[in-house]
Amino acid sequence: MRFTLFATDALFFSLILVAVAYVFYASRREHLRAPWRRVARNSLAMAAATVLATFLVIAILDSIHFFPRLAAVDGDEGEIQYASEVISLFDLMVGPVRRQVEKTYSAPFAIYAFSKETIELEDGQTVRDYPRLVYGGAHLADIHERNSDIAKRIVIGVSGALVVWLGLASIVFFWISHKASITFRVGFVRALSGGAPGPARTLMVTTAIIAVVIGLCAVLAPYYHIFGTDKVGTDVLYQALKSIRTGLIIGTLTTLVMLPFAVLLGISAGYFRGWIDDVIQYLYTTLSSIPGVLLIASAALLLDVYMTKHADEFTSLVARADLRLLALCVILGITSWTSLCRLLRGETMKLREVDFVEAARAFGVRHTTIILRHMVPNIMHIVMISIVLDFSGLVLAEAVLSYINIGVDPSMESWGNMINSARLELAREPIVWWSLLAALVFMFILVLAANLFADAVRDAFDPRLRVIS
Amino acid sequence: MRINHFVKIIMIGITCTSLCSCGDVAWNNPYPRSDDNKSIFYSSFSERPKHLDPVSSYSENEATFNAQIYEPVVQYHFLKRPYELIPLTATAVPEPEYRDANGALLTRDANVGAIKSVVYRIEVQPGILYQPHPAFARSESGDLRYHGLSIQEIDQYHTLADFSESGTRELTAHDYVYQIKRLAHPRIHSPVAGFMGRYIVGLNELQGDLKEAAKTGDGFIDLREFEVPGVKVIDRYHYEIHLSEKYPQFVYWLAMPFFAPMPWEADQFYAQAGMKDRNITLDWYPVGTGPYMLTENNPNRRMVLQRNPNFRGETYPSVGMPEDEAAGWLDSAGKTMPFIDAAHYSLEKEAIPGWTKFLQGFYDSSGIVSDSFDQAIKFSSEGEAELTQEMRDRNIRLATAVQASTSYMGFNMTDEVVGGDSERARLLRRAISIAVDYEELISIFANGRGIPAQGPIPPGIFGQIDGAPGINSYVYDWIGGRTQRKPIDEAKALLSQAGYPNGRDANTGEPLSLYFEAIASGPGSKSILNWYRKQFEKLGIQLVIRTTDYNRFQEKIRTGTAQIFGWGWNADYPDPENFLFLLYGPNAKVVSQGENASNYQNDEFDALFVRMRAMPNGPERQAVIDQMVEIARHDAPWLWGYHPKAYSLYPQWYGNAKPNLMARNTLKYKTIDPQLRATMRARWNQPIIWPVIVLFTILFISAIPAYRSYRRRQQETLK
Amino acid sequence: MISYIVRRIAYAIPILIGVNIITFILFFVVNSPDDMARLQLGERRVTQEAIDKWKAERGYDRPLIWNAPADGVKKFSETIFFTNSIRLFMFDFGQSDSGRDIGYDISQRMWPSLAIAVPVLVIGLLLTITLALTVAFFRGTYLDTWAVVLCVAMMSISGLFYIIGGQYLVGKLLHLVPISGFDSGIASVKFILLPVAIGVVGGLGSGIRWYRTIFLEEINKDYVRTARAKGLSESAVLYVHVLRNALIPILTGVVVILPSLFMGSLITEAFFGIPGLGSYTIDAIQRQDFAIVRSMVFLGSFLYIIGLLLTDLSYTVVDPRVRLQ
Repeated sequence: MRFTLFATDALFFSLILVAVAYVFYASRREHLRAPWRRVARNSLAMAAATVLATFLVIAILDSIHFFPRLAAVDGDEGEIQYASEVISLFDLMVGPVRRQVEKTYSAPFAIYAFSKETIELEDGQTVRDYPRLVYGGAHLADIHERNSDIAKRIVIGVSGALVVWLGLASIVFFWISHKASITFRVGFVRALSGGAPGPARTLMVTTAIIAVVIGLCAVLAPYYHIFGTDKVGTDVLYQALKSIRTGLIIGTLTTLVMLPFAVLLGISAGYFRGWIDDVIQYLYTTLSSIPGVLLIASAALLLDVYMTKHADEFTSLVARADLRLLALCVILGITSWTSLCRLLRGETMKLREVDFVEAARAFGVRHTTIILRHMVPNIMHIVMISIVLDFSGLVLAEAVLSYINIGVDPSMESWGNMINSARLELAREPIVWWSLLAALVFMFILVLAANLFADAVRDAFDPRLRVIS
Repeated sequence: MRINHFVKIIMIGITCTSLCSCGDVAWNNPYPRSDDNKSIFYSSFSERPKHLDPVSSYSENEATFNAQIYEPVVQYHFLKRPYELIPLTATAVPEPEYRDANGALLTRDANVGAIKSVVYRIEVQPGILYQPHPAFARSESGDLRYHGLSIQEIDQYHTLADFSESGTRELTAHDYVYQIKRLAHPRIHSPVAGFMGRYIVGLNELQGDLKEAAKTGDGFIDLREFEVPGVKVIDRYHYEIHLSEKYPQFVYWLAMPFFAPMPWEADQFYAQAGMKDRNITLDWYPVGTGPYMLTENNPNRRMVLQRNPNFRGETYPSVGMPEDEAAGWLDSAGKTMPFIDAAHYSLEKEAIPGWTKFLQGFYDSSGIVSDSFDQAIKFSSEGEAELTQEMRDRNIRLATAVQASTSYMGFNMTDEVVGGDSERARLLRRAISIAVDYEELISIFANGRGIPAQGPIPPGIFGQIDGAPGINSYVYDWIGGRTQRKPIDEAKALLSQAGYPNGRDANTGEPLSLYFEAIASGPGSKSILNWYRKQFEKLGIQLVIRTTDYNRFQEKIRTGTAQIFGWGWNADYPDPENFLFLLYGPNAKVVSQGENASNYQNDEFDALFVRMRAMPNGPERQAVIDQMVEIARHDAPWLWGYHPKAYSLYPQWYGNAKPNLMARNTLKYKTIDPQLRATMRARWNQPIIWPVIVLFTILFISAIPAYRSYRRRQQETLK
Repeated sequence: MISYIVRRIAYAIPILIGVNIITFILFFVVNSPDDMARLQLGERRVTQEAIDKWKAERGYDRPLIWNAPADGVKKFSETIFFTNSIRLFMFDFGQSDSGRDIGYDISQRMWPSLAIAVPVLVIGLLLTITLALTVAFFRGTYLDTWAVVLCVAMMSISGLFYIIGGQYLVGKLLHLVPISGFDSGIASVKFILLPVAIGVVGGLGSGIRWYRTIFLEEINKDYVRTARAKGLSESAVLYVHVLRNALIPILTGVVVILPSLFMGSLITEAFFGIPGLGSYTIDAIQRQDFAIVRSMVFLGSFLYIIGLLLTDLSYTVVDPRVRLQ
C-alpha cells in the first residue's frame, strides 16, 4: 500500500502533536498542572474525556489514508499498481462492514429488504415480496434462528469484551499499585468502592461500557446491519463511525487554522494600541458584522470554481471532499475567530498594565520578547477555554450548513449529511428512522461529552468562576 | 391544599380545551374557515415563476399560470391521444400553403427545395373579450384612464389591484400580430426570438429596426408602427404568418404562449415610467382572454387565479378515448367551462410538508415524492402500479402517463477519452451503456416510475417503436417477450476490446478514471452519486464525481470541459424533431450554444435530420428516423437513460383529472366538490391532544416535589 | 452623548464600506455577470445577445471595479461596484436580479420574521429567567446538578432535531397545527405556534445554563450576603435583589441581538415555509441573486452595528458609572 496524507490529516496530526507537546510542557509547570488536576478529579469530566478519547482514536485511525495495492494483472509482474481509491486504516479494520452493501434500505438487524421487489421464483413465475438481504443475516440457514443467533452473539460479545477489559484493567492496576506501593488487591477494591483518589470508579465503569459496545459491534456488525442500511444500501453504523472524523476535524481544525491570526492580532491590538488597534478592530468588526452564512456560501462556491479549474489535481473523490472540508474549517474559522480576538485584546490590555509587564517595558525589553515571554503564556488559558467551548457548537453547525448545501461535500460521510437525507426518509411509510437516530445519537454523545468536558476545563481554568462553585 | 386547588383548575382547563377540540374543525387547516365550502382549487408552487410575460415564459412552472390566462389560437385536445391540435380562439387549425419562387401554389409533398414561401392564414373568432384590466379602463371622455400617468401618480400603486377601475375590449387579429412582433422586442428577452427569426420572414430585420428605435428614450415602443412582411393583419379577424421555408412543426409553436395575443393597451400601460420599479409589469400581471385571471401575485406566499368574468364560455369536449367514459372523464361533456371559481397556489419550498398537506386534504393534487412513494403506491404481482390501502381508504386516485421527456447521461464527444469517433472510445461508451443499470436506477430512485429508454425518442411521440423491433440491440436483448439488459460480462469484454481490461489501461496498467459532472442538489444527491460510482465499479472504472453548482455545471457543458454528465429534455411539442435535434451536429453546445449538449456530430445523421425535419409523419419518415436512431445507438453518445413516468394522485373530490402532458391549460376542465372536501378534511385531521395533556401532567407532577422542597428550603433559610 | 452617537455612526460607515467590498469580491470572483444572466434567463435557448441585453439593463455591462477607458472620476464611478454600492447607502436596494423591488420585499417579509422572532425572544426570556432562578435557588443540591446536566444534554441536541421532530410529531401525527405556511393578521397565530415553541425549547438549555451562572455570580456578591444577613427570606433575596441586578447583564445581552431579529431565522423559516427575511436570504443564496444577497448583507451588518451601539448606550442607561469616551 502507498500512504497518502491529506491536508486535513496533516493538520489533524500536527494538532495532536501540539497537544502532546502541551501535555509535556504543562506537566512541568505547577500553575498549569493544578487546574488540570482539578479537571481530573471531576468524575463527570473524566467519563466525558474517556468517551472523547475513544472518538479520537477512531478519528485518528480514519485519518491514516493509503492507496491499497491492486492485484497484478494476469500474473504479469510489471510495475506495481495502486487503486485510485483511497481508504483509511479504519476502513481496513472494519473491512466487511464497509463492503457489505445491500441494494437499498433495510431496518436494523433485518434479514429482509425494506421494500418489496419482483422476485423470480425457480419455476419462472414472478411474485412481489421482500427479498432476503445479500449480507444482513445471510449466514443464517433458518430465518427463525435470528433472535437466538443475535442473543448468542450478544453474550459472546459482552463476555469477550469484559474479559479483555479485565485483562487490560489488571495491567493498569498492577502498574498503579506498584507505583503506589500497595497490593494489587487493596488498590482494586479501593477503586471499586470509590475510595481511591480521583474518579477511578467512573473511569472503570466508562471504559467497561465502551469495551462492551466495541465488543458488541465486533461480533454483530459483520453479520447484521446494526443500524440498518441507507438508500443505496450502505451500512448506517459504518457511516456514523466515519462521520466521527468529520465532526472532530470540523470541531478542532476550525479553531486551529485561525488561531495564529486571532492570537497575533488580538495581542497586537491590545498591546500596541493606537492605530494598530484601530485597524485590527476595524478588521474584526467588519468581518463579524457579515452574516456568517453568506460568507460560507460564497466560499463554498469559490472553492467549486477552484476545483473546476484545477480538476486534474483532484483525481480522487476523497481528496476533493477533503479539500472542501478544509475550506469549510477555514471559512468557519474566519467567521468565528473574531470573538476570540476580541477577548484576547481585552485580556492583553489588562495584562499590559500589570506591574511586571510595565517593569519589563521600563527596562527596555523588546516588544517581541515581552509578548512571547509575558503575554502569550498568560492568555493561553483563554485560548484553550475557547477551543473547548467552540468545539460542540461547530459540530452542530456542520449539520445546519449541510442543510443549505454549503456544508461538507455531499459524498463525505458526516452527521449533517445523514440527518439531511433522513429528513426525507421520515416521510416514508413505514418510516425510516434509523439513519436519523444513528446520526443524532452519535452526534449527541460526542457533543454531550465535549460540553461536559469543556465545562470542567472552564471551571478549572477560569478563576472568576471557581469562586461560584 | 393549595396544590390540590391548583390541580383542579388545571384539570378543568384541560378538559375544556379537549371538549372544544372535538368539533369537526381541523385545527391544522392552513386556510381560513370561511373558504371551506368555496369552489377553490388548492395547489402549491415551489419557486416563483420568473416570467409571466408570454414572450419570455418557457418553464413548466410559468405555464401553470400563463396557460390558464393567455389563449393562443390552437390548443391540444384534452382527451384524445395521440395528441391532436384543435382550435382555441381560431376558427380552425391553420393549414400551411406552400408556394414556389414565383408564388405558384405547391402541394404538401412538394420538394423542400422548391418551396420558397409558406403561408399560415388564421381566422380568429369574433366576440372574445379580454379579462377586466386597468389598461382598458376608459374615463368618461373615452380616453384610456390609466395611460399617461406621471411617476408621482404611479408611486401610490403597489399592486395591480390598487387600480380601482378596469375595462375590457374585444380580441382582434391585431393582438396576435402585435405579440409576434414582441418576439423581436429589444427590451424583452424571448428565448425563441433567434429561432423564430430563422423562419418568420422579416422578424430579424424587425429586431434591427427596433434596436434603433429603442435607443431613443426608454419609453413605450409602439410596435403597431412597424411592418413585418412575414406577419400581416388582413382584417379585424384574420392574419397571416409567412415562413421562409417549410417547417411542419410550426403549427405546434402556435399552441405556445409565444403566440398568444397581446393588446397594445397593456403593453403601453406597463411601459409607463415608474411601473417597472413597482413590479407592475407583464412578468407579474398577465392580461389575457382565458378562463382565469391572476388577481394576486405574492411570490412570498401565494398566487391566486380567479375566474375571468368576461370569459366567453368554452364547452367541455364530448369526444374522447374509449376508456374516458368509464373513468368519468366525459361526465362533463358539453357543459360550459370553467368549473372552478378560483385556484390558490401557496408557496411550498419543501417537498415533505407539501406531501403531508396533500394527505391531510389541503392540496388537491400531488405528484409523488420518491421518498413517500411506498406510502402511496404498491405494485401488484403483475408489476402494475396500484394504490396502497391507505390511499384507497382515502379514496385517492392515481393517474399515470409516460412523459414526453427523456433523462439521459451524456458523453462529451469532444473529450479525449470517452468522446470522438474512434472505435476505442465507442467501445468504451458501449461498455458503460451496458454497465449502468438504468432498470435499477428507476427502481431505487424513481420507484419504478419510468421506462428504460431505447433511444432518444420517448413513447407517445411519432418515430418511437415498441417491442422487439424497437430495442437498442447494443445494450439490450429481447428474451422471452421483454427487454433484458445484456450481461455485465459482455460489457467487460467490450471494455477489454477497447483496451481497458478490468478497467486498467492495457499499455500502462493504470486504472481508468472517468469524471462525472453533477449538480449538488441537497441531501438526496449523495445516494444517487454513490450509485453511479457503484455502476462504474462493476467494470473496474473509477468514477470521480465532480459536484458543482448550477452555474458551473452549465459553464462546463457550454465550454465542453465536462466528460460525463446527466441531462434531460422535455418536449416542446409532440414531434420527433424535438428530440432528434438534441443530437444534430450544428446544434452542438460548443459550436452554436445549441441544445446538443454532448456535442455529437455525425454527417450522415445530420443529413438525415435535415430531411426528416421537413417530412410529414408516415412510413417514409419512420424509415429515416429508424436510420437516424440506429446511427445514434451505434455511436452511443448518450446512455439513453429513461423516460420518466408521471404519477399524479388526486383526491375523490377532484374531477376530470386525466393527465395531459402537452396541454397546460387544463385547469378549466377540472371540477371540485368542496362539501365533500370539507367533510374529509375534518375526518382526516382530528387533533390528537392526549399527548399534550400527558406532557403537561408529567411536567406538573414533577413540579410538585420541586415546590415542596422549595417550601422546605424557604423555611430552612428563615430559621 | 450626542457627539458620542454621531462618532459611533461615523465609525460605522467605513465598516459598511468594508462589508460591501468583501461581499462584492466574494460574489464576483465566483460569478461572472454572464453566469448571473444565464441563471436568471433560464436554461433553454439562451443566446449571447440576450445575455448582453440582460446585463445592460441591470448595469452589469460595466467593468467591475475599475473603468480604465473612462476619464477622471468616472474611472471609479462608472463601475458595477460603485453604482451598486452608493445606492445601498441611501437604503435604496434597487431591483433584484429577477426584477423585483428589494426594498418593498424586505418591508413585506420582515413582519413574518418578527412574528416568529419576537415571541421566541420574549417567551424564551421569561421562561429561561424563571427556570434559571429556580435552579439558582436550589444551587448546590442534586436538583441543581441534574438541571445543569439536563441543560447540557439539551444543548447537545442538534437544532435540526427539534425542528424535524417537532414538525413530524405535532404537525403530522397529532394534527394540532398546520404543517407549514403562513397567513396575515390574526390568522397567522396557528402557523407561528409551533416554530415559536420549537425556538423556545431549542434555546432553553443554553439559556438556563448561562443565566444560572449570571445569577450565581450575583448571589455571591457582598450585598446579597448583607441582604440575607438582614434576615430577608431566600426568595425575597433572589427575586428582589439578585434578579434586579442580574437583569442588567441579561438585558444588555438581549439589546445587542434586538436589531438582528429582523433578519429572521434561516432554518426555521425554510422548514415551516414562513415568508420572512431568513428564507428570503436562503432563496437568494440558492438562486445566486446577487442584488438581494448584497442588500441582506448590508442590512445585516447595519443592524449588527446598530445593536452594538444600542448595547453601549444601554450600559450607560443602566449603569451611570460607565462613561462614554
